[in-house]
Amino acid sequence: MIETYYELMRRQGISRRSFIKFCSLTAASMGLGDAGAQQIAQAMQTKPRTPVIWLHGLECTCCSESFIRSAHPLAKDVVLSMISLDYDDTLMAAAGYQAEEALEETIKKYKGNYILAVEGNPPLADDGIYCIPGGRPFVDKLRHVAKDAKAIVSWGSCASWGCVQAAKPNPTQATPVHKVITDKPIIKVPGCPPIAEVMTGVITYILTFDRLPDLDAQGRPKMFYSQRVHDKCYRRPHFDAGQFVENFDDAGARMGYCLYKVGCKGPVTYNACSAIGWNEGLSFPIKSGHGCIGCSEDAFWDKGSFYEHLTTIRAPGGLGIEGTADRIGLTAVAAAGAAIAVHAAVSAIKQARSKTSNDKLSEVEK
Amino acid sequence: MAIIQTQGFTLDNSGKRIVVDPITRIEGHLRIEVNVDKDNVIRNAVSTGTMWRGLEVILKGRDPRDAWAFVERICGVCTGVHALASVRSVEDALGIKIPKNANIIRNLMHATLYAQDHLVHFYHLHALDWVDIVSALKADPKKTSELAQSISPWPNSSPGYFREVQSRLKKFVESGQLGIFAKGYWGSAAYKLPPEANLMATTHYLEALDFQKEIVKIQTIFGGKNPHPNWLVGGVPCSINVDGTGAVGAVNMVYLNMIGDIVNRTIEFIDQVYIPDLLAIASFYKDWAKWGGGLSGQNVLAYGEFPDIANDYSNKSMLLPSGVILGGDLKKVHEVDLKAADQVQEWVTHSWYKQGDESKGLHPFDGVTDPNFVLGPGTKGTRTNIENLDESAKYSWVKSPRWKGNAVEVGPLARYIVAYASGNKEIQEQVNGALKALDVPIGALFSTLGRTAARGLECQWAAHKMKYFYDQLMANIKAGDLNTANIEKWEPSSWPAEAKGVAPCEAPRGALAHWVKIKNTRIDSYQCVVPTTWNAGPRDQKGQIGAYEAALLNTPMVNPAQPLEILRTIHSFDPCLACATHVMSPEGEELVSVKVC
Repeated sequence: MIETYYELMRRQGISRRSFIKFCSLTAASMGLGDAGAQQIAQAMQTKPRTPVIWLHGLECTCCSESFIRSAHPLAKDVVLSMISLDYDDTLMAAAGYQAEEALEETIKKYKGNYILAVEGNPPLADDGIYCIPGGRPFVDKLRHVAKDAKAIVSWGSCASWGCVQAAKPNPTQATPVHKVITDKPIIKVPGCPPIAEVMTGVITYILTFDRLPDLDAQGRPKMFYSQRVHDKCYRRPHFDAGQFVENFDDAGARMGYCLYKVGCKGPVTYNACSAIGWNEGLSFPIKSGHGCIGCSEDAFWDKGSFYEHLTTIRAPGGLGIEGTADRIGLTAVAAAGAAIAVHAAVSAIKQARSKTSNDKLSEVEK
Repeated sequence: MAIIQTQGFTLDNSGKRIVVDPITRIEGHLRIEVNVDKDNVIRNAVSTGTMWRGLEVILKGRDPRDAWAFVERICGVCTGVHALASVRSVEDALGIKIPKNANIIRNLMHATLYAQDHLVHFYHLHALDWVDIVSALKADPKKTSELAQSISPWPNSSPGYFREVQSRLKKFVESGQLGIFAKGYWGSAAYKLPPEANLMATTHYLEALDFQKEIVKIQTIFGGKNPHPNWLVGGVPCSINVDGTGAVGAVNMVYLNMIGDIVNRTIEFIDQVYIPDLLAIASFYKDWAKWGGGLSGQNVLAYGEFPDIANDYSNKSMLLPSGVILGGDLKKVHEVDLKAADQVQEWVTHSWYKQGDESKGLHPFDGVTDPNFVLGPGTKGTRTNIENLDESAKYSWVKSPRWKGNAVEVGPLARYIVAYASGNKEIQEQVNGALKALDVPIGALFSTLGRTAARGLECQWAAHKMKYFYDQLMANIKAGDLNTANIEKWEPSSWPAEAKGVAPCEAPRGALAHWVKIKNTRIDSYQCVVPTTWNAGPRDQKGQIGAYEAALLNTPMVNPAQPLEILRTIHSFDPCLACATHVMSPEGEELVSVKVC
């Protein structure tokens, strides 16, 4: 008999009242009303903890570090009460043989019912020998674990797009997860790293509603990635008024003017930084005085200097940019000179999307 | 089989071979193979980095002002350290001087990382090597409370508090879903703590997990986010405005107050939780003052950190000094020169790279890195399914850096040995106090226990230095200095046609430096030699072993099927393999064929 989240929370001394409050706050943070809160409460009282396998490829572990920064819910509560983190080489007690044994047991015991979270990506050059944990190419491990997963979460820009090791000339042929695994629902949570509460928000959403959140054409949850950092930036009025920082630490910088002219990529970056903020909403890059470097966008490393201002943006005022997430993303890729990649990406997205819409996950993998 | 003598160690690979891969609770991917004799004592050790990302080639041709963001992604655990090393090196190359406030803010951000990273290492990456969480279920919460109150004034110490945590733990275990604690080595005879100490430490594992996210908020205020805050060549990107128009859009009184509060809470947590726990746990594991010393009693290296004077990275300015100790002679501290061609050099004899003459080491300004994945004739398995590596040939993605040809250890212990030998009173008092509290001689420093203790002491030192830097910042603002960036040489048109630079840095895991060459306003070459390269690197052309391999030798294992002893010593270094194995020079652009010879 596996316990429900609610039972665990009660045993941990969390009152019924606090539990209901938690559900309401979770629902509110996702833009859901009372009905949503009831749904969350219902789910948490009836479901066992979902097994999660968290793999690491070529990466820097910033996603794991971000994850443990989550305040609502606390990482501790996610790991102890919401999911069952059955394999994660960064945090698990066991090593070597015992760690691999834990992995195989989880795959076998929860066949078709575990979530695979991937941090980093597999390098495909030279048969994958640039990442060989356990003496074997990481790409083989990824395929092996993905085979019986219910769904895949691609944490961060490495798993979602390739990120820094895939920047030109991508010497190890580091490749995002969706280009290697094409027969599973994949939810991309890009960012370098993603915001902590976005990570735990995605997990909580999947657990409570038993489905992937609504995704955009590139496979990102619409609830966090459908608007530009620019759209909700608190410095936006200065952009509209034509008040810009011309140089770092100039008079404009000290008054919090718009950072567009010192390279801010907020106008072409789809992320929740300006709305949800970092580290419990404390700040985000623009607020602290540095332009957005666009770290949640595909190939953001190859779009020119972080300090060159965007020439495609009509500023200030006027029509501004009103392209869709799809158009902006695809334009940027094409500009990077990879028209073929665009076609491949679109196909992969269509393929993934057809599997992931709003179907219940439990019905996806029969 | 061969018996090899090197650096006073004897290597014998004739006994049973044990492989631990993956080494968990580290950053990145590391494999350890050892041979044990009939008494299960480790007689040979092989350290292998199993990943490689090639970041330097990616940097070629980029804007040097962007480099910090690329190299920051070398590591998200010691987030920001590569960015700091990068901006310092570019500033050295271009002759850029940063304002006083920028230096203080960088120091404060860096000390913040030391505090958070060391804390997370102790509780979340290392503690489970010493703490048996299943045993904690048997603890008496009342006795646990008495224990906790006897060693610390930390207020979360009532019997009810520990009972609640124990109850949560019990129900977690009873759920049958053990998550990250599954398949641990619980109940092993290698665990020595009484149940009450196990419960106290487990409770603090959870408390520290909650608290660490508070410490890094200082980086968020100055850098906009954590992990991976933003940095700037020429200073820091944040502006200060305490009383002018638009102050709410800059670092203002509210944020400064918040930072002051976080600093105080950090000091309190480390003084009252980490340090008492460290000493309490260490007192049950004094045996570990005998094992795991490796190179620490011989050769250690530190580049120095926390410049008290802006733009001065000499020992006149550094709060933690630079220097090298050779042959265990604490009376002689050798000077480090990062630009001297005969000091820092890297070898690839046993690394999966090739170069013209592999008997030679290369200074990072002249580094060559050309991947060459070749396995030795004694390898068991295949190139894509390795069972046992052959350490007589190439066997790691990590290179072998040496200082004047010597293998050295780096990290908190190395920094503390160098500071101690350099006569730093503050560090000497702290170390002597800890040795006295544990009733162990100074020789105990050169061990797994010493390495773990040094990290804790340094965490405490860093937390108190956060306060020092905060006070400096407030005083400087009070004196009317608000400058945070020097943009005189921001425009590439102001740069010389060619320039090269390097500056020292000490990451939480040890000595770090980036060597950058700039040509026609673009990066011409970029090389990083990082802490885990020094420690985890394989043998060199003379067969000299590195710090990990040396530290594992002669350690007895309770049960070779449960590699707790290997984990203890390896974790005491706090490995960071993403850092160690990204190195590649422009010459390495063309990937070479791969074969098993």
